[in-house]
Amino acid sequence: MHNPMEQFEIKRLIPLYLGGLDVSYTNAALWMTIAIALMAFIFVYGMRRQALVPGRLQGVAETGYEFIAKMVSDNVGEGGKKYFPFVLTLFLFVLGCNALGLIPYSFTPTSHIIVTFAMAAFVFIGVTIIAFIKHGLHFFSFFAPKGVPLWLMPILVPIEVISYLIRPLTLSVRLFANMLAGHIMLKVFAGFVIMVGILFGWLPLIFTSAFFALEVLVACLQAYVFAILTCLYLNDALHLHH
Amino acid sequence: MDPAAAKMIGAGLASIALAGAGVGIGNIFAAYISGSFRNPEQAPRVFANVILGFALAEATGLFGLVVALLLLFVL
Repeated sequence: MHNPMEQFEIKRLIPLYLGGLDVSYTNAALWMTIAIALMAFIFVYGMRRQALVPGRLQGVAETGYEFIAKMVSDNVGEGGKKYFPFVLTLFLFVLGCNALGLIPYSFTPTSHIIVTFAMAAFVFIGVTIIAFIKHGLHFFSFFAPKGVPLWLMPILVPIEVISYLIRPLTLSVRLFANMLAGHIMLKVFAGFVIMVGILFGWLPLIFTSAFFALEVLVACLQAYVFAILTCLYLNDALHLHH
Repeated sequence: MDPAAAKMIGAGLASIALAGAGVGIGNIFAAYISGSFRNPEQAPRVFANVILGFALAEATGLFGLVVALLLLFVL
């Protein structure tokens, strides 16, 4: 039975070395490029006609756009519109990477912690900088919510600070763990089909098919959750609990 | 106890965290189902929050799974 962890290996497709740094074009980079190209194609080609009554592909592009636009306006509120392109790109990139990983023999870029951590760190640092630019030092009142009695503050403020600082970690590990666990399970149960043989192989096969459907749902869900949490963190930064 | 055996036992213990994920997800959907029986019109409105809550509850369980996988394959 093949090792289920083999699917996560990074392979260099085009070795490139710049001044001691390894900047090879890897299979991870290839699939990220394909995800971006696919999403760009859907939107650019879908909107080429800009018909008032949308055709099929334009309908898909418009639905995706409106879904995220509504999410941003509902969750970020005032002054959130300028962050819409960022949230849309984030959502489509994560969705593209997650979905492409479901193709057999492909590679899921978001199943590597460095990819998800890069995105989550970017979101966290960006949101904190936005908060400091907008509120200055008043930002620290975020950790002491209104209406809390004074004797509770020494316990509450450290908890609030820790739960704020842990955001990039949870944001990245949530996506990473979902993708990792899902793909490992798919490979393990697929291995069972072969191991058990013809007589009873249909049992793990049925389970693998059902689990594959769940993985499609999880791919879309995790993209949505990443985007909506970005919107909620932006809301916290812009409006500080109000 | 030799380290390889200790890692296996540790990984098994860390997977117990997934029970919490199951309980949390069950709670969320129980509240959603019970609420939508009482007020079926508002059910689609709250569905987005249900999905968000499900993903967050699942995530905490998966943090435990990550510790298990870390023990088995990295350390």
